[in-house]
Amino acid sequence: MTDPVLSVENLCTHFFTRAGVVKAVDGVSFDLARGEIMGLVGESGSGKTVTGFSLLGLVDPPGRIVRGSVRLAGTELTTLPDARLRALRGREISMIFQDPIATLNPMLTIGQQMKLAIDAHERLSRRAATARSTELLTQVGIPSAAARLRAYPHEFSGGMRQRVAIAIALLHRPAVIVADEPTTALDVSIQAQILLQMRDLARETGTAMIWISHDLAVVSSLASKLAVMYAGRIVEQGPTATLLRDPRHPYTAGLIASLPAMTKPGTPLTQIRGTTPSLLSLPPGCPFAPRCGKTTDRCREEPALTEENGRGWRCFHPEGSNQEVPA
Amino acid sequence: MLGFVIQRFIQAVGVMAVMSVIVFCGVYAIGNPIDIVIPPEATQDIREDAIRRLGLDQPLYRQYFIFMSNLLQGDLGRSFVYNIPVLDLIGGRLPATLELVLISVISATFIGVTLGIYAGYRPESWLARTIMAVSVLGFSVPSFWVGLILILTFAVNLGWLPAGGRGDTVMIAGIEWSFPTLNGLSHILLPAINLALFKLAMMIRLARAGTREIMLTDTIKFARAAGLSEATILRRHLLKLISIPIITVFGLELGSTLAFAVVTETIFSWPGVGKLIIDSIAVLDRPVMVAYLILVAFLFVTINFVIDLVFALIDPRVRNGVSA
Repeated sequence: MTDPVLSVENLCTHFFTRAGVVKAVDGVSFDLARGEIMGLVGESGSGKTVTGFSLLGLVDPPGRIVRGSVRLAGTELTTLPDARLRALRGREISMIFQDPIATLNPMLTIGQQMKLAIDAHERLSRRAATARSTELLTQVGIPSAAARLRAYPHEFSGGMRQRVAIAIALLHRPAVIVADEPTTALDVSIQAQILLQMRDLARETGTAMIWISHDLAVVSSLASKLAVMYAGRIVEQGPTATLLRDPRHPYTAGLIASLPAMTKPGTPLTQIRGTTPSLLSLPPGCPFAPRCGKTTDRCREEPALTEENGRGWRCFHPEGSNQEVPA
Repeated sequence: MLGFVIQRFIQAVGVMAVMSVIVFCGVYAIGNPIDIVIPPEATQDIREDAIRRLGLDQPLYRQYFIFMSNLLQGDLGRSFVYNIPVLDLIGGRLPATLELVLISVISATFIGVTLGIYAGYRPESWLARTIMAVSVLGFSVPSFWVGLILILTFAVNLGWLPAGGRGDTVMIAGIEWSFPTLNGLSHILLPAINLALFKLAMMIRLARAGTREIMLTDTIKFARAAGLSEATILRRHLLKLISIPIITVFGLELGSTLAFAVVTETIFSWPGVGKLIIDSIAVLDRPVMVAYLILVAFLFVTINFVIDLVFALIDPRVRNGVSA
């Protein structure tokens, strides 16, 4: 991959709580090319959202980035002063959230909120700002956009609100958008519309996207590349098609097997046994070992990253090949 | 919007009507003013003449109807004690209370909300902790004691400020006011601080609780993700989102302080309405009590109505009658 727009290396975000240190993100690395869409998949509590917030420098105390590097178009973000980081947020990298009802301010009109987001980075006349806002709203598929600028969030449906949020995130044509489960709270039909639209928008504007989701089915239709997170680490990553066809990590295999489409109708759905471990009391070694069917004594050590043909995984006993990682 | 106004108006009239009955019966129940108004050594003739003159020979319901029909003509009766129209009596005292209460409630709100937002925004800082400690004092120390300590410190020991009275007044629109003169302001200062302390503490707590809650929401996170500066987030997003409970409490406090600033007015010998009502209860001056309590009810109904209008003005969800 040449010249990634976003390059994350060994990112560690820890929360220093009274009960102990929670390593919500623990050594995450990936590269994102211009215009590329990457899916970040995992169960609730696996650290997907915290990874997203870390990229924008928006981790709330008691959490903070303790190690690692986030480089956006060559600029190191983790050491950037607050004011310069703020200037990049919304302009070069922006984020949309899961619940569109909670993200927009109910007491300001859509136009006012878009104007605030524009003013944060540019000096535009009122007329130019209105024109820009209208253009973006039209682009994300909101009918009679100019009139809707005067409407308040409660006058929109959930799907429309999410489109407004997306339009705000796109106002400055950022290089990267972090989308944190933006369709989870929506109807399935709306979900599909927005997915397609986001893919087209990313293609048109050259915006790269990190699509965070717990739903492998949603992400795989959208992303060209997948990263599977478990207990704060990326346990496997690679091109979507390859990963779906031929998963190596037992956790990825489990996720794929539990997709309803993979199961014959009338038979019970496959599930990964056990629950997500508490990040406060992780066993030493591979975090998935207690739930894995292939655990051996070796799994008490943390498996290193194995790389092969543009993909990588962290497991001593990978699926699909009989080759064990040599000790 | 018009429907809303009409509906609230009808409600207000109902509340006032019920209130007038309760007040009238309540005041009737607490004692017979004749025993106080007329000296015990008066002859039976004088007694009966006085009872008839004051209208106390009529049964209660007749008294009520006479009172109500006079009220609808703008006549609230005459004081038994001062023998002047009640409205003049109250009107003469009201400006003093009004200026004192407005100054203290408004400044308590502005200062309290500012401090509260800071305390909620930086909850771990030492300044925030100090603010919260002071607010606990404001809640828990009784206001008569604070008043006495203020007088003792600033009037008696330091001699910086006067201990009581209104000071120099200026006539504006036929009413005497203290606040336009420097001397008058120096007289207002101590009682205003005394009145404001509790409200300040309450505003601090309200604003802090609201700020802490709102700052954790996705609305703020999304605004930050869009690159808005912290100052813009506080000014444009936070202030609006925490305003509803603050305005509610502001209205209630304004009403109750206007009606019952008795303790402070007594300590600082401030010639306001609070002192008037206490005096008239002591001598069972029925017309003053009834008129005063009905005016208080009217005051609350009006303030609540204005607050509802303000809500509709700032919150689009209230305006459209949607609860989203």
